[in-house]
Amino acid sequence: MDEIASTFSSLLPARAGVGFKPAHFDAILADPSSIGFFEIHAENYMGAGGPPHRSLGRLRQDHPLSIHGVGLSIGSSEPIDKRQLERLRGLCDRYEPASVSEHLAWSTYGGVYFNDLLPLPYDRDTLKRVIEKVDAVQSFLGRQILLENPATYLSFAQSEISEPEFLDEIAVRSGCGLLLDVENIYVTATNKGFDAAEQLSRFAFAHVREIHLAGHFETRDAAGERFLLDAHCAPVVEAVWALYEQTLSRTGPVATLIEWDNETPEWAALSHEAQRAQSALDGVSRRAA
Amino acid sequence: MWDSAQAQFAAALLDTSLAAPSSLICEKGAIGDRFDVYRNSVIGGLVRALATRFPAVERLVGEAFFAAMAREFVLRRPPTSAALLEYGEDFPDFVASFPPAKELPYLSDVARLEDARVRAYHAADVEPLSPQSLALVSPDRLAELTFDIHPSAFVLRSDHPMVTIWSMNAGEAEAGTLDHWAAEDALVTRPRLRVETRRLAPGGAIFLRRLAAGAEFGEAVSAATAEQPAFDLAAALVEALASGFFTAFRGDT
Repeated sequence: MDEIASTFSSLLPARAGVGFKPAHFDAILADPSSIGFFEIHAENYMGAGGPPHRSLGRLRQDHPLSIHGVGLSIGSSEPIDKRQLERLRGLCDRYEPASVSEHLAWSTYGGVYFNDLLPLPYDRDTLKRVIEKVDAVQSFLGRQILLENPATYLSFAQSEISEPEFLDEIAVRSGCGLLLDVENIYVTATNKGFDAAEQLSRFAFAHVREIHLAGHFETRDAAGERFLLDAHCAPVVEAVWALYEQTLSRTGPVATLIEWDNETPEWAALSHEAQRAQSALDGVSRRAA
Repeated sequence: MWDSAQAQFAAALLDTSLAAPSSLICEKGAIGDRFDVYRNSVIGGLVRALATRFPAVERLVGEAFFAAMAREFVLRRPPTSAALLEYGEDFPDFVASFPPAKELPYLSDVARLEDARVRAYHAADVEPLSPQSLALVSPDRLAELTFDIHPSAFVLRSDHPMVTIWSMNAGEAEAGTLDHWAAEDALVTRPRLRVETRRLAPGGAIFLRRLAAGAEFGEAVSAATAEQPAFDLAAALVEALASGFFTAFRGDT
């Protein structure tokens, strides 16, 4: 397993990137050097042709690409859908991405695709299955993948391993890298009443190959307590920027993506968020030098 | 075991009469509320995906009606694949059989047209046959030609003014009173980057459908003329070539 990890690791530059939205295509072409890389959701590009592929092909000429999947359902108790895996491999062959990532979550069960990142129990039995699946995906694609920590709103009674340990063990035993979503740490900690900085401090930083930052939707639960939805619909909040600085102090400069998938902002607003992440990355690089 | 816990979780997502699975706990808040966050995200996300695919249908019935209709569809026919670009291909059939939409008999045809447009958008890219190329075929071989059809091409038939209603509700034409209530056939293609929607003249749909089924040119013309004695072959051919309907022909030598 380690061979895969060492022969084809993530090659994303340690710069700030953004999720690609077709609405921003012209602005990106007008200033191609401002963004370090682009990320797409694999499933949005699983059609045969048309404008999405035309835009992505053009974008790929100038930029490294990260292909981020939401449909492999790695956390499911069922085997991986071979068709979905073949489609993902087709995309990798077509665009030669610098990085391929997925989630520690499930989205398919019993032949139904739920179009959401659903939670799984953190116990020994599930851990073993997830490791087998990550291994199968990496073997099929012939490359390392990154696995992202999820935002969760509840837990399973049968869980016996903490999320950071669970992810660390997957990374160690499958050779995958980790995608640290700082926003997800914040959302999960807030919703469960944990201390986000403390949760973050236990993350397996040595395996982190990419970082995600995003904004959430804030509401109140029935008891009147703050409740956060991982909606990717707003700017990154100050508390998450602080956690990001905490992360960089442990990882050094790592490719960092601003995720803003819903309520698509003007390019200037998204680009501003990316510049702020880039400044933080530059700060870490300077301190290291 | 994860298998049984997951089965419970999955079943409760789409059956709102079921309580949150007993395998779940939450550190804060009520477990039912927390589970509803996932339930609402799943159902709401799929309803939004349908609204994105069928914007003219949504406009015709209003957001609230559409959301209720789409929700029914999601609960009964959830997606079977993560390729969500394909989700909703059977939504038009559902609309046709959805009792509250019975007063709008054209609604499912408008849905079919929108679905065809999405499929055309994502279809494989193939260079259409150049309009000039047929001019080189000697007239006595024309009747025996067969054609390859563009992967983005769809011919749709409706007993209602499907194209006019769609265009008024898709921002393609000014909304106004219909000056007719006749059957309309449509041709959808994406020769290059833009999806094009044409209203076909009488006989056009049968002509193109026959060609798409592999019939020889002469046979397709006969079928169209049999259905519509006034079938205008020259105009139909110009329209088909301009739309990028064909990608190649054979039988000219």
